[in-house]
Amino acid sequence: MRTIFALAGVVIKELYRRKDFYVLFILTIVICVIMASVNIFNDNQIVRYLKELCLLLIWISSLVIAITTTARQIPAEREQRTLLPLLAKPLTRTQLILGKFLGCWLACGLVLICFYVFFGALAASREHAWPLLSYFQAAILHWMALGVVIAMTLLGSLVFAAPSSNSTICFVLVATILCVGRYLDAVALTLGEPLRSVIYAFYYAIPHVEIPFEMRNLIVHDWPLIGWKFIGLDILYLLAYMAIFLVAACLVFRRKPVN
Amino acid sequence: MNPARTLWLLLVVLFVFSFDLAAKLQPQFQSIESTRRQSGNFFSLLLGDSSKIFANSFFIKADEYYHSGYYPTIFDNNSAFQTPHIAEDTGAVASHNGGEEETSFMGPPRDWIDAFGRNFIPNRHTHLDEGGPTDDLSESSQVREILPWLKLSAELDPENIQTYLVTTFWLRTRLNKVSEAEQVLREGLRNNPGNPQLFFELGRIYDENYHDTARARNIWEAALRSWAREEPDVPQSDRLKMTLENFDDRFMFEQLQTSLALLEERAGNTAAAIARWQQAILAAPSTADMQQHIDDLKQKLAAQPSPVPSK
Repeated sequence: MRTIFALAGVVIKELYRRKDFYVLFILTIVICVIMASVNIFNDNQIVRYLKELCLLLIWISSLVIAITTTARQIPAEREQRTLLPLLAKPLTRTQLILGKFLGCWLACGLVLICFYVFFGALAASREHAWPLLSYFQAAILHWMALGVVIAMTLLGSLVFAAPSSNSTICFVLVATILCVGRYLDAVALTLGEPLRSVIYAFYYAIPHVEIPFEMRNLIVHDWPLIGWKFIGLDILYLLAYMAIFLVAACLVFRRKPVN
Repeated sequence: MNPARTLWLLLVVLFVFSFDLAAKLQPQFQSIESTRRQSGNFFSLLLGDSSKIFANSFFIKADEYYHSGYYPTIFDNNSAFQTPHIAEDTGAVASHNGGEEETSFMGPPRDWIDAFGRNFIPNRHTHLDEGGPTDDLSESSQVREILPWLKLSAELDPENIQTYLVTTFWLRTRLNKVSEAEQVLREGLRNNPGNPQLFFELGRIYDENYHDTARARNIWEAALRSWAREEPDVPQSDRLKMTLENFDDRFMFEQLQTSLALLEERAGNTAAAIARWQQAILAAPSTADMQQHIDDLKQKLAAQPSPVPSK
């Protein structure tokens, strides 16, 4: 376990040395501040459009950071020829995968803390309220969804040849799930066989990361808290998908030549 | 033929052709330029006619905010949301909403993922002016949250009258921002000169909020003149025929005449009020109550002592 955490620490250090997060964070702040400065009928209590925009930017930024950071982990080790020395140490391939995953996931967690603190401050500046539990629910499910995306990208980095192709495929897949994942069953009902079964199979197979994504509406429009039972179930659901992708990644990596 | 002369002749022909083409095209370019200058809208220049599509989607977005995010997508049954409720609730537009799906457009859950996912999205029909998800009526001013989208929609499609009317309604009646409502209407009139609906709303502001009956009367009378100018070749009787096609025409005419009639009544001009009511009755779908009111006014007028003629 210590080895996994040591490897994760290296990944986190790599993230704060790179400029991706700073650029995206500052860009989010600048866009939100500009939008907040717009005068809307001399009413300075209007906030929901800002909350929606800010949450959307947080989701986009966090996905960009998660996918781009994860996609280059193993290919970079291979390109720099550090993979073989790394595995020569008392480190198994499974530990390497888990360490890389944990590092990326924890790094995304740190990123989310910064983003959600900014979001809370922005909302509080207009609403004068701190619905901390709602924000916590949104952030924790967001982090879990990113965990699934990171695990999926890690698997992709072992399957696809280049980080760029892996990133593109992951972005397209995640964007599709976020936009239409919830409605695939409704679409399937309108189709004939065999397309109907194919779409249904896809619907049940994909990780429904759009559930935390659509939760934004509850935060934006100040809906009451979601039952903790449902939050717990969704976390278990997303953890299961993380496990599936990680096991698949470990299996693929075991057969992969190091050089 | 001398080749040099042929070249010269060709040059002259080309010059004449160019001059002719330039003379033909110049007026057309001028008219295009003047249209562009008239529009003067950044979004129209940038997006062209597609700005209207964006404007419509932002108007729908405002309606979605009005329902605190509880809104059908293209995959849901949206028969109860054909007319945005923010517009329907103003009373300024005819409703095309049907069905009983307003509170349950999603229908029963299709499968366990759908059922589970519904715990994470807005799942109850509420209106912001009625407190929204909290059902707290003291929070009805939350309806202000629809305004950014309406403002954006109006900027994208400055010729859409409905956007100005809806924005004005919420600003004036629920948020008590009369001056801002007036500014919206004046902006609308700048973009749509002489529009009777905008004039009517402006008149209401002067009558109901500023209590300036003289200006309200002037504005409503101007609105009636604009209404008549809209279709100068069509006789008034044709425009007031009880058909679905001319519903908006009739509705506007009736509203204007009724408002003027009430204004005259309040001012004590009973004869003028009767004349206005008699005009309003021409466009009204049900006339019984209005006729009764006219009869009452006539009796009142008859009971009044006639003014002593001056010698």
